[in-house]
Amino acid sequence: MAAATARYSFGADEHVFVEFSEDMSLESFFKGMAITDALAKRKVPGVTEICPANASYLVRFDPDVIHPNEMMKLLQQLERDVGNAELEVATRIIEVPVYYDDPWTHETLMRFRERHQDPKATDLEYSARVNGYASVDAFIDAHAGSPWFVSMVGFVAGLPFLFQMVERAKQIETPKYLRPRTDTPKLTIGHGGCFGAIYSVRGAGGYQMYGITPAPIFDPAQKLPYFREFMCFFKPGDIVKYRKIDRAEYDRMNAQVEAGTYDLRIRPVSFSLKKFLADPAAYNRKLEETLYDR
Amino acid sequence: MTVEIVKPGLATTIQDAGRPGYYNVGIPLSGALDQYSFRCANLLVGNDENAAVIECTLLAPELLFNVAAIVAVTGADATPRVNGTTAPRNESFAVQAGDKVTFDFMRLGARAYVAVAGGIDVPVILGSRSTYGLGAFGGFQGRKLAVGDKLPIGKPSAAAKAGRQLPAELAMPLPKETELRVVPGLYFHRITEASADNFFADTWAVAPEADRIGYRYKQGRPLQWRDRKQPFGAGSDPSNIVDAGYPYGSIQVPGGVEPIILHRDAVSGGGYAMIGTIISADMDKIAQMQPNYKARFVRVDMDAALAARAEYKARLDRVRKALA
Repeated sequence: MAAATARYSFGADEHVFVEFSEDMSLESFFKGMAITDALAKRKVPGVTEICPANASYLVRFDPDVIHPNEMMKLLQQLERDVGNAELEVATRIIEVPVYYDDPWTHETLMRFRERHQDPKATDLEYSARVNGYASVDAFIDAHAGSPWFVSMVGFVAGLPFLFQMVERAKQIETPKYLRPRTDTPKLTIGHGGCFGAIYSVRGAGGYQMYGITPAPIFDPAQKLPYFREFMCFFKPGDIVKYRKIDRAEYDRMNAQVEAGTYDLRIRPVSFSLKKFLADPAAYNRKLEETLYDR
Repeated sequence: MTVEIVKPGLATTIQDAGRPGYYNVGIPLSGALDQYSFRCANLLVGNDENAAVIECTLLAPELLFNVAAIVAVTGADATPRVNGTTAPRNESFAVQAGDKVTFDFMRLGARAYVAVAGGIDVPVILGSRSTYGLGAFGGFQGRKLAVGDKLPIGKPSAAAKAGRQLPAELAMPLPKETELRVVPGLYFHRITEASADNFFADTWAVAPEADRIGYRYKQGRPLQWRDRKQPFGAGSDPSNIVDAGYPYGSIQVPGGVEPIILHRDAVSGGGYAMIGTIISADMDKIAQMQPNYKARFVRVDMDAALAARAEYKARLDRVRKALA
């Protein structure tokens, strides 16, 4: 029997917090997914929230139904049960169209220039430079070139955190703004630390801003077809592939969103961590073939 | 069958027991910030104790009743008036169609709860009538109440009557200085021992940035973090972590300067280290703290947290018995 190796901590009397590693890694994320899935399936009385995150997860429970010590023991047992099982998930791959270097995020980043590391450059210019790309175009090609994993949904309703599916050395890494902005356009494609994000609602934010998608990802009215199941579109474990679009295509898609006819390209896919880690580039090509029915 | 908003007050929303089950996609619990006073208000007017009420913050609204109703006001000390005449707090009273209900300023406490017999009958979304402002849904059109809003009222129960009184010893205490009990944990190991001692020794004042999402505290000494090489993905500030889920009541300290306690409209996760969590029994106390009210954080263990929770529940049971 493998020992429980994660770090377990109580969040007072109603929460257990479990951290697999201090740094971000797909292995940690997958372990969290496997354990939180197993926990959800057990339907443990008293458990009210199960929240997987990047390299950790959080459980909220009613201590009058299940004692905190019992709750923690159960989670430690689940970690042992999951062990080093083949980390494979049935998930979906989604194409997200992005209008990079759009006028709305541009206007916003200019407005908050004094809060940025490099007030003389745009967020794209700055990020391209600190990541060693010769041009903004080359940076955008890298950003849109590989798929991204949704490793957490939250902060606010429906906001996905995304982890780029390339070797660590190739991952885009940027600091957050020196001081957070008080405004970010809805549906901004952002990046901070090693994580991407799509801002589900307009609001404060500290991530670098690269572009905007016409596709809503949070809608309490659930108007578009892909909101049929729920008002938040993204789930942890989803795979996202960005596609660069221009102003004309953005406007066309936006009109479809307004008309309620817009839909996303979504395909079911199974993902194996082992196979991915063995050869990320080849595995990503396969994922793309699935997305585009090739 | 409506209550109309004549003046909206500062941050007036519809709230109930809350919306558990969706924190994994960033939709927080919401619900009345002071759950004890909220439940007392409902029980006073013969409602199911989870019925939706009006939560008033610091500056209460002016209400026009378009129908006769039984009303109760609990929580913060803001004297209600019916057409200018003083009405009781913590006791149900009758209003007639056309009556205007106003409130004096809040002498003590930060949130008053107005329950109307029958409950505020806004649509149930994901199992709750509570307002979630950041997501713009729930409550009345997903937002704070505004001039001219007409709130629908449900059908009162047979138990609705004027003159039902909450015994004085069971009313919510409204101190200007309070102790908030904390179970250290989460990323507590990231701060130095001396900093931890200072954190529990200092007196902290509520900052102006205090709302349903979180309460910020100031005037204590800044925290020192233990040295380390920041882990991949965590961000460069020593208070940063790889983004993780935030427990309700968890205390994060961005930059080590001002602790923020997340409350029922919490952001569900983020990249700031949390050094511990307020025990469930003390969350209502935070809801009644005005800016500049003082708090001391008291270190407790799990047994103490569970004992406090049992005490809280026993007190609520006494309210149920007294108002049955």
